[in-house]
Amino acid sequence: MSKVGIIGVGQSKFVRAYPGSIREMVFESFKEAMGDAKMKEKDIDATIVCSAPEYDKQRSPSGVFAEYLGLNPQPTFYAESLCSSSTTGLRLAYSLVKSGLHDAVMVLGFQKMSEISAAESQERMGRGADIQWEAPFGTMMPAYYAMFARGHMAKYGTTPDDLALVRLKASKYAVFNDRAMIRKELTMDAFTAPNPLGNILSSPLRVGDCCSNADGSSCLIVASEKKAKEFSEKPVWIKGLGSASASVNMAGREVFYSLPAATEAARQAYAMAGMKPDDIDVAEVHDCFTIAEVLAYESLGFAKPGEGPALIRAKETYKEGKIPVNVDGGLLSKGHPIGATGGSQVRTIVLQLRGEAGDMQVKDPSIGLVHNVGGVGLYANVTILGRE
Amino acid sequence: MSKKEIDNRFSKFGTVSFTGITRINDFIGYLEQGKLMGTKCKKCGIHYFPPRADCSHSLDSDMEWFEVQGAGKLLSFSTLTFAPTGFTQDLPYTIAVLDYGDYKVFGRVDKAVAENDLAVGMAMKAVVQQLPNEHITYVFQKA
Ligand SMILES: [Zn+2]
Repeated sequence: MSKVGIIGVGQSKFVRAYPGSIREMVFESFKEAMGDAKMKEKDIDATIVCSAPEYDKQRSPSGVFAEYLGLNPQPTFYAESLCSSSTTGLRLAYSLVKSGLHDAVMVLGFQKMSEISAAESQERMGRGADIQWEAPFGTMMPAYYAMFARGHMAKYGTTPDDLALVRLKASKYAVFNDRAMIRKELTMDAFTAPNPLGNILSSPLRVGDCCSNADGSSCLIVASEKKAKEFSEKPVWIKGLGSASASVNMAGREVFYSLPAATEAARQAYAMAGMKPDDIDVAEVHDCFTIAEVLAYESLGFAKPGEGPALIRAKETYKEGKIPVNVDGGLLSKGHPIGATGGSQVRTIVLQLRGEAGDMQVKDPSIGLVHNVGGVGLYANVTILGRE
Repeated sequence: MSKKEIDNRFSKFGTVSFTGITRINDFIGYLEQGKLMGTKCKKCGIHYFPPRADCSHSLDSDMEWFEVQGAGKLLSFSTLTFAPTGFTQDLPYTIAVLDYGDYKVFGRVDKAVAENDLAVGMAMKAVVQQLPNEHITYVFQKA
């Protein structure tokens, strides 16, 4: 069985407002990934552009990027699954390469959210949920995740301060990540009113439990085994892929203390890789909200159901712990430019597995995992990567 | 001859409706009669809430309406202090899901119920509520 590898990774710095156009913002991650893979434009056989289109002024951005990045006349097209768009792109790239149709496929994720207000962006993000049956009630992403925080608290006794611990960990590591938007270490005092992070946003979630919108881009170059070995001294291989979905309407969810799509995606990825949770040395999980990281621990089998809070309390997801999670600052500190986020998570794991993560480096990892969720567990992708 | 009238009753649903035309527009007609209704597939008996015009299981579109009656169990809730564009005048408001066994209902909690009085697991009921500008919705009250 031939393998499929990742041979180039790039990420722009995630910022509140990128001072340029989307093509210029995408160029930043493209340049890094192409330099990393030592490739020229003609070496890329196809490009998959990933974003959540409700924020884009440009319709059909694929064509614009292909032209600006010198990728004509190769095919280019678009993939979308909200916040998990770029790992959906990665899944498509894997299948295009694995099928033999292409030898090298680029996955380009981006989002420029600064051109609309926070309230407007919440309204648009809310429209990623069910616009017929839920948006008329004034829903927004933090409120949906808050319902899962409430559900977890009611079922397992999780506390707001347990959730805050996730944010404190993220803030500690973002200090070492030059691509992160918020690089200031926080203490529990930050969660105490009148500090703004301590204010309730959507009960029981506080402002500090939520990630921030950001502008940014990410770029991955996926290649066949032959091409990967030709271009790269340290290819990172795709060992397992899992992907699943769940009811968009909350009335279709069985429980409010776990995200079944993520649990199913994890099961598939472990099965494909022939691995179990213990085999993972480092992980990036989708911490759009602190509760989302706790739910991820449980979906991925790092903790039993209900025992996610104990894992963070014991600091087992810190760099020196049993399973380091989001030691690049996570979405909570990096910022969350929807379409670029999954690619950024993959980049972090690739750098970790190559031993090139600098001050964020965990000790000698050989297997890494990426958990990337779209909507409130509406879409979920779990990807397992390895050095061998 | 006048143009055929378009049935866009669904544009009255909730504070801001993002949908005008749907084949289950009678949902709004029933709300206007004070009834919260779902649909049930006549062939396989599946209860759908929110109601739908089609059953993906039997591929049938022969549905009958049923009324959401009695009490459901509060599965979860959250009170928003920040709202999307178009909803700020409603703040603060609480969204919630009730479990009726055969189906669940997503909606808002009645403003008359204080958040402190809510607890996961408690019994609540859905009640139709008229909104300004001829909009209409339903809210959850203590059962
Ligand atoms: Zn049926």
